[in-house]
Amino acid sequence: MASLVGSRVERKEDKKLLTGRGKYTADVTFAHQTYAYFVRSPHARAQIKNVDISKAAKASGVVAVLTGKDIVNDKIGGLIAGWRIKSEDGSDMKVPAHPPLASESVNYVGDHVAVVIAESLDEARNAAELVKVDYKVLKAVVKTDEAMKSDSIYKDIPKNLCFDWLLGDRAKVKEAFDGADKIIKVDLINNRLVPNAMEPRAANADYNPSTEEITLYTTSQNPHLARIIISAFNGVAPENKLRVIAPDVGGGFGSKIYPYAEEVVCSWASKKIERPVKWVGDRTESFLSDCHGRDHVTHAELAVKNDGTFLGFKNETIANLGAYASVFGTVTPTYLFGPCATGVYKMPAAYSNVKAVFTNTAPVDAYRGAGRPEATYTIEVLVEKAARELGMDPAEIRMKNFPTEFPFQQTLVHSVDSGDYNAGLKKAMEVADYKGYEKRRKDSEVNGKIRGIGFCTYFEACGIAPSAVVMSLGCGIGLWESAEVRFNPTGNVTVFTGSHSHGQGHDTTFAQIAADQLGVPLENIEISHGDTDKGPFGYGTYGSRSLTVGGTAIVKACDKIIAKGKKVAAKMLEVNESDVEFKDGEFIVAKSNQKKTIGEVAFACYLPGTYGEVKSPLPEGEEPGLKESSFFDPANFSFPAGSHICEVEIDPDTGTTEVAKYTAIDDFGTIINPLIVEGQVHGGLVQGIGQALYENCHYDDSGQLITASYMDYTMPRADNFPEFKLGFTCTPATSNPLGTKGCGEAGAIASPPAVMNAVMNALGTDISMPATAEKVWNACQKMKKSNSEAA
Amino acid sequence: MKKITLEVNGKKVTKEVPDHTVLSVFIREVLNLTGTHVGCDTSQCGACVVHADGKSIKSCTALAADLDGSKVTTIEGLVSNGKMHPMQEAFKKLHGLQCGFCTPGMVMSAIDLLKHKKNPSDKEIRDWLEGNICRCTGYQNIVAAVKEAASKM
Repeated sequence: MASLVGSRVERKEDKKLLTGRGKYTADVTFAHQTYAYFVRSPHARAQIKNVDISKAAKASGVVAVLTGKDIVNDKIGGLIAGWRIKSEDGSDMKVPAHPPLASESVNYVGDHVAVVIAESLDEARNAAELVKVDYKVLKAVVKTDEAMKSDSIYKDIPKNLCFDWLLGDRAKVKEAFDGADKIIKVDLINNRLVPNAMEPRAANADYNPSTEEITLYTTSQNPHLARIIISAFNGVAPENKLRVIAPDVGGGFGSKIYPYAEEVVCSWASKKIERPVKWVGDRTESFLSDCHGRDHVTHAELAVKNDGTFLGFKNETIANLGAYASVFGTVTPTYLFGPCATGVYKMPAAYSNVKAVFTNTAPVDAYRGAGRPEATYTIEVLVEKAARELGMDPAEIRMKNFPTEFPFQQTLVHSVDSGDYNAGLKKAMEVADYKGYEKRRKDSEVNGKIRGIGFCTYFEACGIAPSAVVMSLGCGIGLWESAEVRFNPTGNVTVFTGSHSHGQGHDTTFAQIAADQLGVPLENIEISHGDTDKGPFGYGTYGSRSLTVGGTAIVKACDKIIAKGKKVAAKMLEVNESDVEFKDGEFIVAKSNQKKTIGEVAFACYLPGTYGEVKSPLPEGEEPGLKESSFFDPANFSFPAGSHICEVEIDPDTGTTEVAKYTAIDDFGTIINPLIVEGQVHGGLVQGIGQALYENCHYDDSGQLITASYMDYTMPRADNFPEFKLGFTCTPATSNPLGTKGCGEAGAIASPPAVMNAVMNALGTDISMPATAEKVWNACQKMKKSNSEAA
Repeated sequence: MKKITLEVNGKKVTKEVPDHTVLSVFIREVLNLTGTHVGCDTSQCGACVVHADGKSIKSCTALAADLDGSKVTTIEGLVSNGKMHPMQEAFKKLHGLQCGFCTPGMVMSAIDLLKHKKNPSDKEIRDWLEGNICRCTGYQNIVAAVKEAASKM
């Protein structure tokens, strides 16, 4: 049987999605459905003096109006920060309370004040306008780099400082800098982004007063996490009385990892009114209240020798957490950011210092790449600048500092198990025709355009692990993953995974893995996920973890199936277990033609005994049935790496930047399905290029979100891109038996610096993201002026 | 309230709806055809594209009442005799979708492009699909799928 691992298998999940037969949360409507509409704060910062619901409560169709006072009275707990970070001085981080409905103060535009529940959405929306909230408006704290100098938003959090975290050795770094020939410095802004999954968040909670069970449909990357938080922290219902279903989910990119106020409120409200409560966010609500991404202000320095050898690195960053500390809000700018900021290089000394601040803006949490894009942008812009200032080729300076021996102990945390960075960069230069660049640049010049080229060589750390280590660093959850492989009596298979697919193609990739392991045809394997009542507890999908952690759990469970199958087959064939081998779905007795298929063995396990023709004895002590589970906790992260080269062409008359050529060579270890992996890279690239050239989340000085719709926030569109050239190198991961490394975030991690380095190469000047036409045009004007002065 | 009659996916339907009912709400909430999605409120994302009298339109900004008497095709109406439309087949073959949320609108829009232009270039495909936002695929496989479908239609 040919191996399916490595094959371009078309996705099993596609037909339903292509024919309108998918089932997303907004598509679920229950009998006696009610509809929720949230009253949100129009102010960035205000005290709530009074909420008058009397008119709204009497409006047509209204079933209930609930406020923060009801939350307090019912003792519903607040939303949580999932990772406790300690400051350099050893003190614990400081976080404000985050009630699902505010009763005392609101802290960003869009913060939740009340919910109106009615027989129809129209009625709920109309009545919401009748809720009168009396606010005392306060001066908002908005800007990342001004937060520590502004009024304290929360009285017990001075300077709005959540923590002041350090990783690394300041003294060693000072020593390295003292001995350097040159110090390269950059001041960077990592622009704030809105994740913008195409499916707006939604929830539909249905309480059954007879069983006291709540069934919550929600747009989640992680239904098990939603259940435990809503149960254990918000206290809405005991875990066994709360079933969370994340059906088809229309993208997440980090923004749907954890539950929000809306899911908590719908679940609690459903219990209160004993009817199902449905909320579907509109796009503006998504902009206002989905967690945002990035938003760093960074000063970084690189100490170098004149020959380009790196000696030391320092990184001083202010990270904006928004108004509250979200679940992964505090780990994203620390452990997911700091260690990777030294890049893919040997760096004798380094530190990352991060001050995380609260502001009156939407909470900031993980967004595709979560910390690693910010880290990679910092080091890669710095390295390219170093090459420029030292008069070195950008490839040469990188190769000079690549590690060549693995495992490679990276400066700040990671022990990188495998990689070949030179091979990747060489391949990228070949595919990108680096040698032909100068000719292309001249051709552009002839056409009145300015061409630039930019490199990015990256590594990243994904599939966070092992649980014990990350928990010792403050993580409040485990980071293993579960799988259950269940043979049905007739020989087909259902595989349950604790991870969740919302575009990643688990139904196919995981089936390929199970098919190879068990020798069962792909079409006889179903992957089940997204329902806490079906599969075992798991930790969902984010941080490029599903395949390396969840896929491995499937392999381990399959191993157990085969181990049991061998015993059963040996008994059926009346031979010793040690004489039985398993290959391609068959248990074979060595040097004979005696065998049993895995389907026959499964049947025997479910029907043990003798019944006419059926003879299927189980070995003594073996339980009937064929179902095994595994909880896999990897020994290490996985470390994808790669080299991306971008060429841009700038029109100096309009300031428009076009990505003219983009080459991405990535090392994801073993690739299970190239079709799907390429799709992940394409999508990541577009999000990263979007950050570099188009996207920017902007609040004005009063804290109003200016970019709150697709009319104002530039989403990357089809006509913004050329065809990307992709390629792969392969050094298998050693931390999982498949040899896989995560591939979901690499595109978004590598592309912002590759693009920006190309833009800065073209313009010969620093420029911040996004490199909009206006900024680029102004830079072109300056360039023209200085050129004419020089002439 | 207004009484309207439309032919949706080949079936005549007559319903009484509030005047302000947009077509996407009519399709999703009144007819329970949930394959058409709503991804924004400003007629930008294109997840809601359907065909009205053969032309692609954004159903989130068309009043159902204005389409009284029209023939509407939604994503559910493309399958015939259990077989997917060549555009749907091409999207599957070339991995032109990931989460699937923008996909119905993307497919409906792409089919309309091929009515205007039999064998569009990459640039023509990208320009046409400018009104359909996808956050997952990076568009590359969508462009490839549209070309593949054009070669099969």
